[in-house]
Amino acid sequence: MNTCPENIIQYMDDYLDGDINAADEAVLKAHLESCIDCRKQYHELTKTIAFVQSASHIQAPADFVQKTMQRLPKQSQRGGVQRWFRKNPILTAAALFCILMSAALFTNFNDDQQFAFTKQENLVVEGETVVVPEGQVVTGDITVRNGDIRVEGELRGDVTIVNGKYMASSGVITGEIEEIDRAFEWLWYQIKSGVKEAATIFSGSEDTEE
Amino acid sequence: MDALVNKRIKKVLKGDQNAFAEIVELYQHQLYQICYRMLNNKHEAEDIAQEAFMRAYVNLHTFDQQRKFSTWLYRIATNLCIDRIRKKKPDYHLDAEVRGTEGLDMYSSIASDDQLPEEELMRMEVQERVQYEISRLPDKYRAAIVLKYIEELPLAEISEILDLPLGTVKTRIHRGREALRKQLSNL
Repeated sequence: MNTCPENIIQYMDDYLDGDINAADEAVLKAHLESCIDCRKQYHELTKTIAFVQSASHIQAPADFVQKTMQRLPKQSQRGGVQRWFRKNPILTAAALFCILMSAALFTNFNDDQQFAFTKQENLVVEGETVVVPEGQVVTGDITVRNGDIRVEGELRGDVTIVNGKYMASSGVITGEIEEIDRAFEWLWYQIKSGVKEAATIFSGSEDTEE
Repeated sequence: MDALVNKRIKKVLKGDQNAFAEIVELYQHQLYQICYRMLNNKHEAEDIAQEAFMRAYVNLHTFDQQRKFSTWLYRIATNLCIDRIRKKKPDYHLDAEVRGTEGLDMYSSIASDDQLPEEELMRMEVQERVQYEISRLPDKYRAAIVLKYIEELPLAEISEILDLPLGTVKTRIHRGREALRKQLSNL
């Protein structure tokens, strides 16, 4: 067989694949007539194929369908929702946007349940109360979250209190006092300060241009 | 057949899980057979065939109904089988000593897996022997041979299932066939 032309093996493979043209087939047949080794190879291959094909066709176990169905995720309802999402990608995106936005705003509100305040010089903290001590002057705005403020000295700036109280006392405040208690007011305050900030940035940039 | 299957698929996509049972019914034997021939183990074959159906169900919305469902399904199954075969191969160092045994390394524990002794081969029934020899083929040849000679699929479909060019599929079938011829020469 080593002396046989290369293409005979190729033709044999093509023939066994059922993918050979008439001319090549004729060449192959003529060669097989004359070459014992190739004939033997050919017979062994056909025998191999016959053996493989004779491997009895086996069947899946009797409870196969039932077991398979049991393995499927139980999601007919969730599946319905998923399908709806797939069919309405824009609505899904819009809904997702709304959910995330509101979640962001409310977590913002909830995250701020801890006592916090703007650091300014001379401020004193007593428990959850920020105190401007008597005889002291504090310059700048103060925001207090979840705590109270008491002014005994002088405060030159605005006071914002979220979820807390401004406790009236003998002090002097030269700015505005604002108390914010509920979520919606907090929201409104966030928006307002956002706009104010933007305006400051805008006017600030104008200033630098001048 | 395809129109029938597509009708069932549409039902499943609308949320009718029972319609999928009819799909399983239609393909169970072929799919189980592919897995069994690939894995040479009934329990594993059942497990992988069920897994393949499950994945087909979960990903059914990604199936393009212009194409042939069986091709898609067989592709899922053959990929799972090949993964399973590769996982079974030890990927640790073979000459590392096995813990708790003196002087025993991994060679000694997998040696039995390699080839059965001659007399045992001779005792086997022909069909058992053929199954055994198929399972000894390298996994790339095994998949091609099973799809070609046991499922009797056309080459073009095999090429799609295995995601390989037609030429590669042919080469694998030729090599697998030749390897089997040698392995079965004493039969």
